[in-house]
Amino acid sequence: MDAEPKISVRGLNFFYGQHQALYDNNIDIAPRKVTAVIGPSGCGKSTHLRVYNRIFELYKDQRAEGKVLLDNGDIFSSEINILELRRKVGMIFQKPTPFPMSIFENVAYGIRLHYSLDKKEIARRVEEALKGAALWDEVKDILNKPGMALSGGQQQRLCVARAIAVEPEILLMDEPTSAIDPVATVKIEELIGTLKKKFTIVIVTHNMQQASRVSDYTAFFYKGKIVEFDKTRKIFTNPAQKKTEEYITGRFG
Amino acid sequence: MIRIQKELCKVRQRFIEISSTVENTLKKTVQSVLEMDTKLAEEIIENEKIIDKMEVDLEEECLKVLALYQPVATDLRFIIALLKINNDLERIGDLSEHIAKKVLHISKKEKEMVPFPFNFKKMSSVTLSMLKKSIDALLSFNSQEAYEVLELDNKIDLIHKQMFRKVEKLIMESPQKTALMIDIVGISRYMERIADHITNISEDVIYMTDGEIIRHNRN
Repeated sequence: MDAEPKISVRGLNFFYGQHQALYDNNIDIAPRKVTAVIGPSGCGKSTHLRVYNRIFELYKDQRAEGKVLLDNGDIFSSEINILELRRKVGMIFQKPTPFPMSIFENVAYGIRLHYSLDKKEIARRVEEALKGAALWDEVKDILNKPGMALSGGQQQRLCVARAIAVEPEILLMDEPTSAIDPVATVKIEELIGTLKKKFTIVIVTHNMQQASRVSDYTAFFYKGKIVEFDKTRKIFTNPAQKKTEEYITGRFG
Repeated sequence: MIRIQKELCKVRQRFIEISSTVENTLKKTVQSVLEMDTKLAEEIIENEKIIDKMEVDLEEECLKVLALYQPVATDLRFIIALLKINNDLERIGDLSEHIAKKVLHISKKEKEMVPFPFNFKKMSSVTLSMLKKSIDALLSFNSQEAYEVLELDNKIDLIHKQMFRKVEKLIMESPQKTALMIDIVGISRYMERIADHITNISEDVIYMTDGEIIRHNRN
């Protein structure tokens, strides 16, 4: 990796109550690149991702140990403003989760939460975010319709618009296309390619072809450990670890 | 066994078919030269079409796996290596046919055969062992034998080079043998090219097993 890592994880352990889900995770996430996280169900991919914006803290009995540095600053430091951290580290989930409000309000909500701007500026930012999410052309005439009225793929792009409207630096995507059809999937994948010019992206995916198509780096997780982390091209042509090879070629277990 | 593995087994089976056919053809070619056996040479020419068909079949099988199963890692390298090796095998078939034609040409024109001005027996036995080694290396996923093939190719190049000087001298001594000598140069050159294709095969086997492209920059 040439540039300074955007995120550096060192010795990360994670616990659900008594149960340890992550073991000594170490990884550097490159800025303005796409890093894919792959591995079988229950291997800790999503758990790992949910540490980056401390969203796990919303749940009882979940605990992280170790260091996660964002631009060299410790995200667990007591000086961190959690709202600011979550603005910087946006998240997109498996199922599209539009708020029960209009398309416009879905995007404007976060902008109002983080910035005090006049109406015109908010409208400008909403438009910019919807354009950034490649959704503007489809919704510009129906901005007052409910977000829920959109198709699944459009809803997911609305979530992307909502995430990028608050000008984050990192986008975490947790299986962003597993609930949408192939055509919408292609759109999201293309979008990821555009978004990485501005944002650092970490994507959890079950779809290995998707990981190989969209990412620059790939981390393979197994039983809470990072088995292998390398350039995506290397992982999919000549992985160094036998376990990785077995997983990506489908000869697992 | 998962589906892609079953498909890869089929591909492997087709590869065994074409490689053993080519190996057999090369053996017969060598024999036809050593014994100036025109019957055998005709058989080789006749059977060339079989190899052509096998090449197309194997290629189609490989393309099918690529399109339908998106192989990665070892599976991907295996398919890519086979696609390329398939081509080299077919070329070896072609060159064997060329040699067989030379045999026919020589026996038609020459009433009296002279001993070859180079060690064809040595050249051909080294080439045959190279082919066997490179195919064994592929089937056993072991690059060791493939590296040995790269070494052996130097021997072939040397024999081929030395042959030129001897032929030159012979033509000066007995100009009436010039046409025969040209045919002999051809045979040596085809053999040398066959060895080059086998070298390519070995390089692809090394890519397949070790994931490293060693072509063009080896010593």
